[in-house]
Amino acid sequence: MTEILSQYGLLLLVGQFPDGPIGGLALTLLMSVAALLLAFPVAVAVAIARTSPIPAIRRAAAFYVTAVRGIPLLLIIFWAFFVLPLVTGVTSSPEITVICALVVYEGAYLGEAIRAALEALPKGQTDASRSLGMSYTATLRKVILPQALFNCLPSMMNQFVLIVKNTSLAYIIGAQEVTFSANSINAQLLTRPFEVYFILAAIYFILCYSLSRLSRVVENRVLRKRSRVTNQPITETPSLARVPS
Amino acid sequence: MIEFINVSKWYGSHRVLHDVNGRVERGEVVVICGPSGSGKSTLIRTVNRLESINNGQIIVGETDVNDRKKSVNRLRSGIGFVFQQFNLFPHLSAKDNVALAPITVRGLKKGEAYDRALELLDKVGLKSKADAFPGQLSGGQQQRVAIARALAMNPPVMLFDEPTSALDPEMVGEVLQVMKQLASDGMTMICVTHEMGFARDVANRVWFIADGEVLESTTPSEFFATPRHPRAQKFVADIRAH
Repeated sequence: MTEILSQYGLLLLVGQFPDGPIGGLALTLLMSVAALLLAFPVAVAVAIARTSPIPAIRRAAAFYVTAVRGIPLLLIIFWAFFVLPLVTGVTSSPEITVICALVVYEGAYLGEAIRAALEALPKGQTDASRSLGMSYTATLRKVILPQALFNCLPSMMNQFVLIVKNTSLAYIIGAQEVTFSANSINAQLLTRPFEVYFILAAIYFILCYSLSRLSRVVENRVLRKRSRVTNQPITETPSLARVPS
Repeated sequence: MIEFINVSKWYGSHRVLHDVNGRVERGEVVVICGPSGSGKSTLIRTVNRLESINNGQIIVGETDVNDRKKSVNRLRSGIGFVFQQFNLFPHLSAKDNVALAPITVRGLKKGEAYDRALELLDKVGLKSKADAFPGQLSGGQQQRVAIARALAMNPPVMLFDEPTSALDPEMVGEVLQVMKQLASDGMTMICVTHEMGFARDVANRVWFIADGEVLESTTPSEFFATPRHPRAQKFVADIRAH
């Protein structure tokens, strides 16, 4: 395994770079970060639209979410890759295509997670804010969203991790990210798929695990500031299990 | 200052407010009492349009509350509202809770808003807790911060919706004390409350509501001594029984 790493490590990390386009883990990270940064505002907008006081906006957002939820991500990627250029006349790189598909896809899922958090806040929060004369928008910005987004940090993290893992589908349309790199290494070695794909799995795992660690750090820091709840790590034995039987 | 003219409200076929009429003069304290489910909270929430009405008119100052041409945000910023459940913003410190609306709605400079917030927290006896978060405060302290927050917009009118009902008994006094102070400063107040001691000591008038109707509107001494309506008589007798 170490020889694979020493021989192909660079290919896994940055692809053909600097002789060719950037690829490998670096491209995976770039695509993930881009998709995440773009999907987040889309998701917030979707969540706000889903809870809008205006029925037409609510219905439009509900249609979008239902439609996206009913279609596999792979299909959205194919559509973006094959159909969009036919319609718009512009061909975009596989990387951009996948980022767009992920934003459309995760906008719906992440949006639903955020909507649930918006609706879970006590109605009294809105009442209190509005009774001070704060507008609908100011209430969302200053009172509702800061609380809701923090409360749904765990489910947002779920979706963020999914974004990272789903960038692997990009290899199908030819983006040379880390799965693509692993595939070509496997094609060269031919006899060692177990090791190659184990390395690939480890890379994804480390990436996603650090993301969830990061979210826990953020969560604990905020909680400690408010000292609302003790900052016990979630990994502790659930209280139910500790009760002697 | 505040006037209800034939105010009615239905939830479907259920009538929650039934031709409510009444006036609250400037500087007056009115206590609304009555059995639970009688429409007290609904009535007080119609004053700043947290609840809509189906019929009649509510005037606050010069403004028709339900006039769609008037800005509801401007109306609300001139009416302080204190909730049973405090409803402080848990992600903000006490000081930030108080300063948020003046900064956001009135565009006050931060320094100015925080000076004023500290002044108000001092007034409710919580200057030392300015940086505490709601989760670190007791119920009584939270409610006093909530009163300071409502006062931050300098409203000429304050509405209290059962401000002590969610409190442990030993914390009721500190909140009532703040409300008494406000009343003696000349604040116009409507309070939905079960604190009959407060009604007796502070209120100018008591409105007794049952089934969405104002059955009695009188002075506290008369209300407790000689209630006229049978429902009011029963209510006063039930309170006495404690």
